[in-house]
Amino acid sequence: MTENPFLERATRFVSALRHCQVLGITVHDASGEGMTLVLPYGPHIVGDPLTGVIHGGALTSLMDTACGMATLCVLPEFEVCPTLDLRIDYMHPAAPHKPVYGFAQCYRVTTDVIFTRGFAYQDDPQQPIAHVVGTFMRMGKLLKGTQRLGNTVKGEKA
Amino acid sequence: MTHRFKTRLEQALERGNYEALLDLIPYAKLIGVECTRLGDELLFRLPANKDNIGNPILPALHGGVIAGFMELSAALHLLVFAGAPGLPKIIDFSLDYLRAGQFRDTYAKCQVWRQGRRVANVAITAWQSTPAEPIATARAHFKIEEGTRP
Repeated sequence: MTENPFLERATRFVSALRHCQVLGITVHDASGEGMTLVLPYGPHIVGDPLTGVIHGGALTSLMDTACGMATLCVLPEFEVCPTLDLRIDYMHPAAPHKPVYGFAQCYRVTTDVIFTRGFAYQDDPQQPIAHVVGTFMRMGKLLKGTQRLGNTVKGEKA
Repeated sequence: MTHRFKTRLEQALERGNYEALLDLIPYAKLIGVECTRLGDELLFRLPANKDNIGNPILPALHGGVIAGFMELSAALHLLVFAGAPGLPKIIDFSLDYLRAGQFRDTYAKCQVWRQGRRVANVAITAWQSTPAEPIATARAHFKIEEGTRP
């Protein structure tokens, strides 16, 4: 059995997201404190061929997923939480040929809405390449298909 | 390499060959962005692609893909209309998701609200069925390299 149920749940969740598989996003760490995902460098996500810097879209996918998955760290049961809004401030470009880590946490949970924030970094979390805030809607457990995805996340057969 | 990229970029812009322009950007190829000119405007299209799906239940496009599509549209819009000499650099990006992005073609249009010497403010709207029912709206600030193209 695992020592970290957060990590196991998160790993199963991210493996169900097709675009994250395309980008190669995996779970680096997960706990009650928050979620850390990692985006490997690859030539297919380059946005500026002159510098080899990855496109902001790949970073946004990483951070949208990290913020959305941070809800797994605070909700007692799985709920689908679509993004209401997301804001990204780019501190500096990501260095090419290095993975990007995306950390996110929930700082307020209400009955309808979850407020998240996070940052993306490479070598040093103290030198983030981007800061992010995102707001997510709680859809509850009753939404069509939620139970199926919830079971996948729990590791049960759907 | 640097020189070749700039030459290809200039050629693509001069000829209005947006396919060649998009071919230069690997991320644009990955998600599959297309661009056509409609009079004085640019219309961006993101064809339905299974690899862009996030939520498998609905299924819905990944929010990050919608954001990447809109960010890329804004940068290209600036490149084509604002005479920026190179790819504009993103400063910040703020996005409101209004409807789930369904597994179908998505379109985007941009509007430059303000272009200063160093920074440009661009609004982006993305829709699937009609422009009156956007799936997302966004605004972005880009840093523009000083000096315009000849």
